[in-house]
Amino acid sequence: MPKPLISIRDLKVHFKRRRQLVQAVDGVSLDIQPGETVGLVGESGCGKTTLGRAVLRLTDITNGSVFFRDQDLAHLSHSEMQKQRRHLQMIFQDPYASLDPRMTVAQILAEPLDTFSLYKGGERDGRIRELMETVGLSPRFVRRYPHEFSGGQQQRIGIARALAANPDFIVADEPISALDVSIQAQIMNLMERLRRERNLTYLFVSHDLRAVRHVSDRVAVMYLGKLVEIADAKAIYDNPLMPYTKALISAVPVPNPKIEATRKRLVLEGDVPSPINPPKGCRFHTRCPWAVPDCRHTVPTLQEIQPNHWAACIRISPEQPHIEHAPSASSGSQ
Amino acid sequence: MRRLVRNRVAVFGMVVVSIIALAAIIGPALIFRATGYTYDYIPADPDLVKSFAPSWMHPMGTDNEGRDMLARVLLGGRISLMVGIISTIVSLVIGTAWGATAGYAGGKLDELMMRIVDILFAIPYMMVVIVLLALFGRHTAMGQLVLLFIALGAVSWLTMARIVRGQVISLKNQEFILAARATGVPKWKIILRHLVPNTLGPVIVYATLEVPAVMLLEAFLSFLGLGVQAPLASWGSLASEGIQNIAVFPWQLIFPGVTMALTLFSLNFIGDGLRDALDPQMKKS
Amino acid sequence: MNLLSVRNLRTYFDTDGGVVKAVDDVSFDIEPGKTLGIVGESGSGKSVTNLSIMRLIPSPPGRIVSGEVLFGGKDLLKLPTDEIRKVRGKRIGMIFQDPMSSLNPFMRISRQLMEVTELHMGHSSKQAREHAVNMLQLVGIPDAGARIDSYPHEFSGGMRQRVMIAMALSCRPELLIADEPTTALDVTIQAQILELIKKIKSEIRTSVILITHDLGVVAGMADAIIVMYAGKVFERASAGDLFERPANPYTKGLLMSVPDPLRESKARGELYQIPGLPPDPANLPPGCPFAPRCDKAADICRREFPPMVQVAPGHESLCHFAKEVYAEAAHLHS
Repeated sequence: MPKPLISIRDLKVHFKRRRQLVQAVDGVSLDIQPGETVGLVGESGCGKTTLGRAVLRLTDITNGSVFFRDQDLAHLSHSEMQKQRRHLQMIFQDPYASLDPRMTVAQILAEPLDTFSLYKGGERDGRIRELMETVGLSPRFVRRYPHEFSGGQQQRIGIARALAANPDFIVADEPISALDVSIQAQIMNLMERLRRERNLTYLFVSHDLRAVRHVSDRVAVMYLGKLVEIADAKAIYDNPLMPYTKALISAVPVPNPKIEATRKRLVLEGDVPSPINPPKGCRFHTRCPWAVPDCRHTVPTLQEIQPNHWAACIRISPEQPHIEHAPSASSGSQ
Repeated sequence: MRRLVRNRVAVFGMVVVSIIALAAIIGPALIFRATGYTYDYIPADPDLVKSFAPSWMHPMGTDNEGRDMLARVLLGGRISLMVGIISTIVSLVIGTAWGATAGYAGGKLDELMMRIVDILFAIPYMMVVIVLLALFGRHTAMGQLVLLFIALGAVSWLTMARIVRGQVISLKNQEFILAARATGVPKWKIILRHLVPNTLGPVIVYATLEVPAVMLLEAFLSFLGLGVQAPLASWGSLASEGIQNIAVFPWQLIFPGVTMALTLFSLNFIGDGLRDALDPQMKKS
Repeated sequence: MNLLSVRNLRTYFDTDGGVVKAVDDVSFDIEPGKTLGIVGESGSGKSVTNLSIMRLIPSPPGRIVSGEVLFGGKDLLKLPTDEIRKVRGKRIGMIFQDPMSSLNPFMRISRQLMEVTELHMGHSSKQAREHAVNMLQLVGIPDAGARIDSYPHEFSGGMRQRVMIAMALSCRPELLIADEPTTALDVTIQAQILELIKKIKSEIRTSVILITHDLGVVAGMADAIIVMYAGKVFERASAGDLFERPANPYTKGLLMSVPDPLRESKARGELYQIPGLPPDPANLPPGCPFAPRCDKAADICRREFPPMVQVAPGHESLCHFAKEVYAEAAHLHS
């Protein structure tokens, strides 16, 4: 088993908002292998964006570790961390907001090169030109300002900036959500091509399940600060085991009228709870159609239910992976 | 820039201010060449030591000491404008540095720095300025002026700091700042290269409106007799001299008064125009 | 007999950059009790079409240049203002994308709901309140009687959208226009809202215009679909026909660029991407507006505006090669 590039161990990010404790990320452990794309999905409030930022230490980490090649990023000094940033970059959700409106594209792309003292002097221009071409933009536009580009082009600039210092790992935080459908496909293809050509590793954070399934090797599902299921992309979609994942997959509309007309939807009741006062026990029990009294007390841990398919639910096990067939919990009213 | 030029009122303002500034800078020299009068030239002939109405020789008349009003108004312009501009620059530098640091740092440092601003704000600045000037003012004309700059600048940086801090706080949560952090850019560079240039909009507008405000302050002080002393002149001191004789020699007040008013509201027009021009530009086109 | 007939609608905007033909000769019909889906990306004109029907276009800079909107026999575009107000809210209800900005944050929900029926149906306070509570129950707000006096910010996004639906349906309108009703919502909440709209549609028998960019949503909800691009209708068909046998290169491109978990056999192939950028509505090219991005484009496409070709009963496409594209599509799903 090769060594993971990134190893997140029991990561916790808690912060106070108006005197209340928000347990945005509450004990997440995940390994990311070199060269793979791990998709991180969940709905609003689940903590996926916070997790993405915490991995790059752009948010304060309350507890836990993030190992990158034997270095624990969570415990590095500020200056040491700055040095590591070269290898760990980010692509953002809002392409326009992520670019300084007062800098030209050339200046934006030069900044990471300056920060890490790369490609100085004469090589600088060449490198910038190369970056533009790599992301499919004409180097002619290098002196333009962000507002002169379309959304998709702005995102390409963001990607070029992330690539400038030759990183190994990129966290993509909802990189396509703000783009038109026809442009989304372009950006997804670009990211995939770059991954192959440059041997990159991605953490693809998104709420768009269809996109995540397409780009990811493995997918991790997050709910209220915890990981509830991790499996290969195909397995998550074809065979979700944890009830929340089932509901999530079921809720995704499929662009096929025949299927939509006949499929049975699993529609959850109620709202997504807030991370401020998460339910006790299994955090999903308040909305779970298969919940039993025990779910209120026991916090499920991730178990390998099937090969390479982990789920956190007390009612399923390797012997009984499908909750629909699981026998009712221990008798007795509680 | 384009949008500013389309605003005709602002253009009017710019033209007027340019003319007056130009006149203030080279005017006195020209007049000296043409007529031999300077702002402090008191005629030797005692008969001429009094206030004359405007005439060919003295287009704005003379003051009680027979000095040429035009020369004095132009010198007044030089001094008033200098006071306005230099004080504003001082307040800009101090205010921006203070506000940007407080805003970006956040937390306890921000609180501390802004409490200091609040406390200073509560002090009636006029009293401070008056006391300072009264205690230290009367030594040399130049010294007086420098003290004036410092006093006025020291007072107006507070609002500048607040404005800059507000801007920085709203900017620091923007994604491009996060992106700069993710790229590994050090804090000081983020403040200097990313935050400050993006706060320039409101800051420039405020500064442009600050200049006339400071000039008015100075006029007030000079009016009280604390600011610029004779034989130097500022529009304010001229006004204070002029008002004593308003019934008899109205030109002593009218000319400096009108010139000053014209300059002040021209500067305001420019400031308003800048605000309108710069605001929408910040948004995506 | 059609409930709503839009004929040759043209809405233009006068901007600094020229005249923007946001809606340019759009026609469609809706039968009673049916759902029409309007699909398009940003700049396609779908929202403007909608607002034009209700005459909610801000009047400088926009203007409805020509066309008819026949609703129950009357042309809405020609009605005097007080007549149109009687239609809005009473016979045609609208829900928007962002429930937070469509609800007055300073007014209690009860007031906002009651206003509608007091105005249009002459209810007394008491009647209006009773009716409002019933509506909230209909849309699935738990504990409606107590929660009706809350303010909008006390509800979650999904709940607010339900409130909006309640408001729009208060007067049992014949037509409901839903403009991106679920785009801002989490996917499990989206599923809830769509199920709700379906349920209500069958109970109250309203027709629905559903505007969206999400092909999955429209596949599950619409009976008929029109695809818009650059202010024009590019294809018109029943939902089944559109997805199975698209007759327009743009529609085809859209369908192929959306990752479809159930269609893909290999998860990581490249997605089809429509090249280029969405058109600039102020600067449309001569000929077919899609020509610059179309892989079937020929000279004639760049020169001449395409005709609307009927490829099958009830199925039309705006393309010089409509019949060929239609024929090719037959092989897509074999």
